[in-house]
Amino acid sequence: MNALRRNVLKGATGAGAVAVAVAAGLITPARVLAATPRAAFDAKGVPDTLKALGIASPADSKDITIKAPDIAENGAVVPVEVTSGIAGTSAIAILAEKNASPLVAGFDFQGGAQGFISTRIKMANTSMVRAVVTAGGKTYTAAKEVKVTIGGCGG
Amino acid sequence: MAEPMKIRATMQGDVADVKVLMNHPMETGLRKDAKTGQLVPAHHINTVTAKVNGAVVLEGSMAGGVSKNPFLGFKVKGAKAGDTIELSWEDNKGDKRTDTAKIG
Repeated sequence: MNALRRNVLKGATGAGAVAVAVAAGLITPARVLAATPRAAFDAKGVPDTLKALGIASPADSKDITIKAPDIAENGAVVPVEVTSGIAGTSAIAILAEKNASPLVAGFDFQGGAQGFISTRIKMANTSMVRAVVTAGGKTYTAAKEVKVTIGGCGG
Repeated sequence: MAEPMKIRATMQGDVADVKVLMNHPMETGLRKDAKTGQLVPAHHINTVTAKVNGAVVLEGSMAGGVSKNPFLGFKVKGAKAGDTIELSWEDNKGDKRTDTAKIG
């Protein structure tokens, strides 16, 4: 028997089972995202990254606040603070759109954790910093431009 | 062995404000060593978990896009002064670190 073929088939049914569980409400979408797929960190370009995260088309929201400098002198350390005013926020992902791999980090909130995250990221170029928020099974997004004078990825 | 994290947690009203500073090089794997011209292999934190009194409140995934010596700030509602906050991370080389602090 072809072992690889067996594994592929097994993988396919496994993924199907997850989809069914989501549809049945057994696992909330936030819980699925919880283990932010590692593949999403390798995705190039924003559309592919969102696809890898399993997010179709997030709606623009004014309830997401991104606090980041307008001009970052050093792209290696760009402070970013995301606050979600959306009730039931369960996850926040941070993307730097022009980085080689745009996904910087993903955070999932449980228990009493609030829809707030503050961190420092690397940015290769001047680009939009995008926050993708998951709340109640829906996704919302907001972005803010940060101008970078010296890139912080490699070089 | 990795250096300990710095954790500071303070109550602000009924919300605990937690700030964490991790010690980690966070290499992307894209940077070249200035002397040898060789690529510096990727070495970054993959997952971060925060617990209050043993219950998970935050699960984070990250990669080389987070700055060196990552800073993390988050807020937990319902936590009380004196509660134990536990932070742990694991990197792409399997190295781990767990530190605890009391909410003050």
